[in-house]
Amino acid sequence: MNCTDFLAKLTDYFDGQIDPVLLAEVKEHLGSCHHCEVVVNTTRQTIDVYRGHEPYEFPDELATRLRSAIMQRCRASCSPAAASSPAPEIATRRSE
Amino acid sequence: MAAQTSSVADDPAELTRPPVPEEPHPDLALVERAKAGDTEAFEKLVRQYDRQIFRTALHITQNREDAEDITQDVFFKAFQKLEQFQGNSKFSTWLVRIAVNESLMRLRKRKTSKTVSMDQDVETSEGSIPRDFAEWRPNPEQIFSQSELGDILRKTIAGLPPGFRTVFTLRDIENLSTEETAEALGLSVPAVKSRLLRARLQLRERLSRYFRKATEGSK
Repeated sequence: MNCTDFLAKLTDYFDGQIDPVLLAEVKEHLGSCHHCEVVVNTTRQTIDVYRGHEPYEFPDELATRLRSAIMQRCRASCSPAAASSPAPEIATRRSE
Repeated sequence: MAAQTSSVADDPAELTRPPVPEEPHPDLALVERAKAGDTEAFEKLVRQYDRQIFRTALHITQNREDAEDITQDVFFKAFQKLEQFQGNSKFSTWLVRIAVNESLMRLRKRKTSKTVSMDQDVETSEGSIPRDFAEWRPNPEQIFSQSELGDILRKTIAGLPPGFRTVFTLRDIENLSTEETAEALGLSVPAVKSRLLRARLQLRERLSRYFRKATEGSK
């Protein structure tokens, strides 16, 4: 197995979806190729750092405001008046 | 004693035993109640998945206000179209699929002169061939503060083409399976795998620029 073959199997290797024969070849290549070993280690760190540090916050205040707006729209659409009139504008929605 | 040669599968009792039925996903009961008009059941589903939908929309659009609007629209559309959800996929995957479509529509509106789709910019070869072979030592968490690291992660993922960013977000951040990601995005499993590989390699390459310098600087 060369480096190109190895890269082609990288996703399956990370996802544990690789058959045992190929896995043995991948491991053999990793044992002898420092560059591919670094690529595996730092790609794994890339995934881990994103999983461990969600870069976007979802503060409680925002969650509460969104849930309230969503449920107001849903309940309004269920009311008998909704059948004959368009959905109301919700005050909490950002104006365009 | 005679050697036991028959395998478990050869056991007639095993062959006739009915398969153990899978437990229905707890969301299904909530969906059924919501379909019958129980808005509190739907609110439970909102609470369960609003964070995931908001983050997915924000990752794709890179715009907080758009993500807020999309989150509202996704749940409102889901509520209106609950009858169409047949339970063939997870409810969360169904929501994510709506969120992806809404997010891509927002991007299209923002870039009126350009078509934005899951296929946009996926032909780039950047990062497909690794060029940086420096280890990250010490660990990035030991070099950067939480806020510095957050800035780097945001900037780095924002630089990916939408098609790669979305696959990485669903598969590696939101932990959808490859099959669920394919279903949510309307892509084949091999297409998801190919984009995931390139997204991971591009992010690795871009993060290496930050972390290698910092590692060298800390020596």
